[in-house]
Amino acid sequence: MGKKEMIAMLLAGGQGSRLGVLTSDVAKPAVAFGGKYRIIDFPLSNCINSGIDTVGVLTQYQPLRLNTHIGIGIPWDLDRNDGGVQVLPPYEKSDGSEWYTGTANAIYQNIKYMEGYDPDYVLILSGDHIYKMDYEAMLDQHKQNRAAVTIAAMPVPMEEASRFGIVVTDDNGQITEFEEKPAKPKSNLASMGIYIFSWPVLRDALITLKDQSNCDFGKHIIPHCYNNGERIFAYEFNGYWKDVGTLGSYWEANMELIDLIPEFNLYEEFWKIYTKQNRIEPQYISNEASVKKSITGAGNEIYGKIENSVLGAGVIVEEGASVVDSIIMKNVVIKKGAHIEKAIIAEDCVIGEKTKVGVGESAESKLNPKVYAFDLAVIGENSVIPDNVTIGKNTAIRGTTTKDDYPGGELKSGGYIIKEGEES
Amino acid sequence: MKALGIILAGGNSSRMGNLSDKRAISAMPVGGSYRGIDFALSNMTNSHVQTVAVLSQYNARSLNEHLASSKWWNFGRKQGGLYVFTPTVTTDNSWWYRGTADAMWQNIDFLKKCHEPYVIIASGDGIYKIDFNDVLDYHIRKQSDITVVCAKAPETDDISRFGVIKMDSEGMVTSFEEKPMVAKSNVVSTGIYVIRRRSLIELLEQCNQEGRYNFVTDILIRYQGMKKIYGYMHDGYWSNIASVDSYYNTNMDFLNPEIRKYFFRQGTKIYSKSFDLPPAKFNAPADVKDSLIASGCIINSKVEHSVLFKNVFVGNNSVIKNSIILPNVYIGDNVRVENCIVETHETLMSDTEYIGENGVKIVVESKSRYGI
Repeated sequence: MGKKEMIAMLLAGGQGSRLGVLTSDVAKPAVAFGGKYRIIDFPLSNCINSGIDTVGVLTQYQPLRLNTHIGIGIPWDLDRNDGGVQVLPPYEKSDGSEWYTGTANAIYQNIKYMEGYDPDYVLILSGDHIYKMDYEAMLDQHKQNRAAVTIAAMPVPMEEASRFGIVVTDDNGQITEFEEKPAKPKSNLASMGIYIFSWPVLRDALITLKDQSNCDFGKHIIPHCYNNGERIFAYEFNGYWKDVGTLGSYWEANMELIDLIPEFNLYEEFWKIYTKQNRIEPQYISNEASVKKSITGAGNEIYGKIENSVLGAGVIVEEGASVVDSIIMKNVVIKKGAHIEKAIIAEDCVIGEKTKVGVGESAESKLNPKVYAFDLAVIGENSVIPDNVTIGKNTAIRGTTTKDDYPGGELKSGGYIIKEGEES
Repeated sequence: MKALGIILAGGNSSRMGNLSDKRAISAMPVGGSYRGIDFALSNMTNSHVQTVAVLSQYNARSLNEHLASSKWWNFGRKQGGLYVFTPTVTTDNSWWYRGTADAMWQNIDFLKKCHEPYVIIASGDGIYKIDFNDVLDYHIRKQSDITVVCAKAPETDDISRFGVIKMDSEGMVTSFEEKPMVAKSNVVSTGIYVIRRRSLIELLEQCNQEGRYNFVTDILIRYQGMKKIYGYMHDGYWSNIASVDSYYNTNMDFLNPEIRKYFFRQGTKIYSKSFDLPPAKFNAPADVKDSLIASGCIINSKVEHSVLFKNVFVGNNSVIKNSIILPNVYIGDNVRVENCIVETHETLMSDTEYIGENGVKIVVESKSRYGI
């Protein structure tokens, strides 16, 4: 293997439990986004667009979808003889085996992978965010500053700063102080969880802290470097950056794509986002159909009414059905006369005839009010919803449901039907 | 698979009008997301044909760009692969391809060094799905010398531009007339043939010595009595895009749900080069009816009974009707397009009108996009 100046390590092992049933069967980075993409496509595309051709993807939670999506990296031009994308799951060692217990622990367990490329710098990324960023520009600044660590940070409104990890910098951008969710923030620069390390510094920190339980970048590695007096700089990023960690922010980020000129524009030739395409055919809009203020994916067959929605590829919307303010992922079938309102319907679901989703008075979720809020109805992948039922707001459904699961033909707002461990 | 594939993609036809000014027919965009040659290539790869040679000549740039990487059709393996052969000057030959047989003869070294016992010859302008294994099985079962894949010509098409075939009850070809003025049957040759590789080499060398260059007239028709020629009836959809009308009709066929289901959702898949375009976007004034819309399109007005290829932008208050808009077209505000085929990369300025009065109009404006 040849030497690489900088390689990327992409943390993609997290469940993203605040996405509820959307991540019951897939890791958060594999969740669909924007009618075509999966969340991990954004950091992967950023890598290749920034000239980084060696990416290790650390997986742990439900990796199947992620593995099949990444494959050998063809969609991102990361199928390389030297370097390329490599999926790195936890593995058994001669002296026992261990899951990835924390972000830095996961990187530590793959120290041999990184050593193989003899890198000067290592870029640490997470697979949770929607953004376009040139990591090469960040590296240039890292070199100019002769930094040991560079942390990407973005300005947030001062009143929201207390929700973030805040970095305080001097006039040169060198970080003088870290504040984790401070009550009275001294700065509004929030850390984005994107780091460039000079390799010897990272290697040393990982080895020194190898016995630290749940070893984490934010909690352990960065403070360790800081206490050792390393030069740590902030790289200010002013573009679009969205954490899609909650159902509300996930829904919102999708809806923003519909705007006439969206802040996050996927239609620019520059800095393309790549993804694995299973369907390339055009979509059909029938005579009876109406599609407005929506983006919809390849191979759809639309016979109903679509408004203000984001549809994935291969979706079928039958006659008389309507979809409003919703996210419909790939290969969903919405049968005749069904009505979908402010819902997120994951891949390969079937919604029965004349069924109504996301209607009625709002009520707090009985399953988990912190997760299922925002008045969204959320249906996990491969679910089946029978004909003629009504489903309320703040609801969650997963699995093949039948009429019997809906007393009085209804799932009231705040209700849930979770068929655990079901294979479908 | 016991056969290698040859795709004849060199052709041009005056029947294509201005459309073939830009590219070979086999590189014409088809069905909203494909190009002509994708069908032959996908059928080959889906039938596990591992070695495929594309013979191209006329205006091959667009085709070569399309075939620059063979991975989209799952070629590019250690065994076999996809080869594009254009005419080259050698010490003993400085001709262009003088015909289909000559095109193959000029690449006879390739045929000789392959090891597959059979050759499947296909054209790059047919739109169909077929399993070549079935054709080969038939060829072997009938102990045929040359098998011609036949199909019923589409009703709307002009039969006199095809080779018209009559078979006996056994499938033996009894009459083969090339482009007859009066057709005796509606069964036509699809331009797909199966033949033993050694036999093809022999026939090509013989032809070349006699100064004959055309596979259909100089081999198929000339050897009719001598060789056992069988017809294999293809029952599924088939059409040939080598005339403006048939090109238009073939694209419009994809508005038929049965045909869409056949190509998009059933059985084997048709592959094409990937462009990583975002999903199509429908803004508030969009009013799309009975149309196909490909990825990367942005629609702001009325579109009816039309096929829009990738990356088409339609401005406000425009009307697109009964038309085919090829990739990367920009249509401004207040534009009316009816019964047209709009060439790739065209810019239709605001407040203009393009209407095909008698039949389909081909719109070639070549206006610069950056003046708007």
